[in-house]
Amino acid sequence: MSPRAAWRLESLGFRDVHVYAAGKADWGAMGLPLEGALADRPTIGALARTDVPTCALTDRVRDLREWSGEWDTCLVVNEARVVLGRILTSELSANGDARAEEVMRPGPSTFRPNVSVAQMLEYMREHDLRSAPVTRGDGTLVGLVLRSELEAAEVTARASREKDMRVD
Amino acid sequence: MPQARGWLTRLMPKIIDRRQVRALIARGAQLVEVLPAEDFAEEHLAGAINIPLKELDERSAARLDRARPVIVYCHDLQ
Repeated sequence: MSPRAAWRLESLGFRDVHVYAAGKADWGAMGLPLEGALADRPTIGALARTDVPTCALTDRVRDLREWSGEWDTCLVVNEARVVLGRILTSELSANGDARAEEVMRPGPSTFRPNVSVAQMLEYMREHDLRSAPVTRGDGTLVGLVLRSELEAAEVTARASREKDMRVD
Repeated sequence: MPQARGWLTRLMPKIIDRRQVRALIARGAQLVEVLPAEDFAEEHLAGAINIPLKELDERSAARLDRARPVIVYCHDLQ
């Protein structure tokens, strides 16, 4: 659609016309500013935990155990922070010498930062997920959303809406 | 082939990425969402105006400044 619009503008005499072909989907997936009726809804990008443990493909399982602490997940990233895999810490092998790439789940499902909290919660409940990685459109890591924290945010938002509706 | 020569001398719209969009905005470019008004009302890039493709003509384009770059976009590669 946008290339046709650009050519129409060209036919109307505009001489410096550009097409952002990746468009609104790409912009939102990068967590860049949007306006409009839906733009103010709470989204998961703001709630993603950026302190989620990460490791490189070649890191050893013995180190991951120590870095992961209480987290259920360690995300495997490259130098550009692109998510390559997910390690569920409950599945860490006994072999401390194993590398992250040998024990990770490659190509995990990830979600964009502009997904609404309500949509994400619905998906997590349907699929019985406790946490989910959030990545930008280029695959780089934003963080990990925790279902418990999204549910807490939902309760707070509902209480706030109800308070606004009350007439004292 | 005068028709072909005319085609070659026209300035083709340039496909750009997100980084180039931000650079052009910093230089004063105008952002135009060409999706229908309902889509624009729901969500659009900050600072964009709406000229739906089906309404794009000389009159609606008069909202734009010809002296500044124009960036058009829709949802994605549709």
